[in-house]
Amino acid sequence: MIRQTNTMNAVEVSHLVKTYGKKKEVLALDDISLVVGQGELFGIIGPDGAGKTSLFRILTTLLLADSGRASVDGYEVVKQYKEIRNWVGYMPGKFSLYPDLSVAENLNFFATIFNTTVKKNFDLIRDIYVQIEPFQHRRAGKLSGGMKQKLALSCTLIHRPSVLFLDEPTTGVDAVSRKEFWEMLKRLKQQGITILVSTPYMDEAGLCDRVALMQNGSILSINTPQRVVSEFRNELIAAKSQKMLQLLEALKGYEGTENAYPFGEYHHVVMKKGFGMNGLKSYIDKVSAIPVDMVATEPDIEDCFIALMKDE
Amino acid sequence: MEKIITAHKLTKRFGDFTAVNQISFAIQKGEIFGFLGANGAGKTTAMRMLCGLSMPSSGEATVAGFDIYRENEKIKRSIGYMSQKFSLYDDLTVKENMRFYGGIYGMTDTFIRDKTASILEQLHLEKEGDKLVGSLPLGWKQKLAFSVAIFHDPPIVFLDEPTGGVDPVTRREFWSMIYQASAAGITIFVTTHYMDEAEYCNRVSIMVDGRIEALDTPAQLKQTYQAKSMDGVFLKLARKATRAAD
Repeated sequence: MIRQTNTMNAVEVSHLVKTYGKKKEVLALDDISLVVGQGELFGIIGPDGAGKTSLFRILTTLLLADSGRASVDGYEVVKQYKEIRNWVGYMPGKFSLYPDLSVAENLNFFATIFNTTVKKNFDLIRDIYVQIEPFQHRRAGKLSGGMKQKLALSCTLIHRPSVLFLDEPTTGVDAVSRKEFWEMLKRLKQQGITILVSTPYMDEAGLCDRVALMQNGSILSINTPQRVVSEFRNELIAAKSQKMLQLLEALKGYEGTENAYPFGEYHHVVMKKGFGMNGLKSYIDKVSAIPVDMVATEPDIEDCFIALMKDE
Repeated sequence: MEKIITAHKLTKRFGDFTAVNQISFAIQKGEIFGFLGANGAGKTTAMRMLCGLSMPSSGEATVAGFDIYRENEKIKRSIGYMSQKFSLYDDLTVKENMRFYGGIYGMTDTFIRDKTASILEQLHLEKEGDKLVGSLPLGWKQKLAFSVAIFHDPPIVFLDEPTGGVDPVTRREFWSMIYQASAAGITIFVTTHYMDEAEYCNRVSIMVDGRIEALDTPAQLKQTYQAKSMDGVFLKLARKATRAAD
């Protein structure tokens, strides 16, 4: 099959609403709108319950929205669901391959379903598949977590999808494997595949072209990671001392403190407008006898997410 | 200082595969001990031995003063456990969950009643006591699960990735509960994939291929491995791993 290339957006979502429950009491998606361009690596960043999976399931035509519109590659998710199913790849958060088929059988199965062959598209998955090839006769259910994930990604790619949906591919994965996974995504992006990836890890936002920060069914912000950070307007200060718990209470007590919270080895203090580090420092010296290290610092995505959650 | 967990050359083999290879350490009472490692490094196997759920192949260990070979039933009574995967029953109410856990640990009715009231007050969940746990937001559930894990006042609590998928504000509230428990003398043994959380621990161990490759305070580890953050320390050590990740 030859894919017709077009210039339209890879994904368009307009005022999507999704509720669950008999009385529609659970609001999973609350009027979501977004656009993802062709070839973009787009991150949906948010904790559990933000609505990430509901959004992916609607876009992959597995779930109907209550209202609103969505299209993938120009095809409408309700009326033209069959077209979409031919051209997207979807890797759910939960391992969904056949545990009683071998590695090679799973891959062949998915290739055949999509009317293609492993051989034809092998170039796309080579880098990933060679890592699990030594175990190609092993049943998928007997693979380790990391290998299951590589097989699932291979099966998702074997029909050369134009848009790839990856639902929390790095959840519960250690820091080293997470880095490797993102390097794989970068290579896929270079092949021209549009990638939508969801994650609860805020530090992965910086690896995306653009991100949507989601919480409780709403989008808090859509922007490039750099712009999300540059829109953080308040002065931010990092502070540490020998007694971190007491320091946090002291920092919260200052009249110029908008918010203060632990941040790795430091506490971060968001200053109110018109207040700064000098004022904070003299206040802390007055109320606490412990020496404190203070330095102005740049916010990262997690600081922005906390600030946006507070605004909601 | 009182040592509440000790391990000496603790080892677990499955056939010819050594999942945990001669690990040794001692944890002080009230310490927040971070137990890090890549997937497949042997963390879960080590933790299962310390919880009295799996018999070691060799080596020694004591938990809360009890021997892990002969007194594993006493260990189970002396510890609390919480993981992201298994915590509370969604189809029981908040109070029913507490009644159930208190009952399992053999607490008296009076103890359960008083403790339930004090936890609900502490978490500001007085009005939610009769609601199904399944209907609560995830953040509340995680905080409640931690309170239930230490319901029977155990000297030690094991937390297996307790904050996975939790929003950044709740994650911090959760850690402030950990600090409170630690200040009250409860020893915290915690695994996490969030490297900023490693900074909140008093000491951190990093497992690589079944061995403890490093064990120190976060500040000392960063100095030893010339890294700016714990993320850097972890990557330097975990990249040495030769066995397949799980």
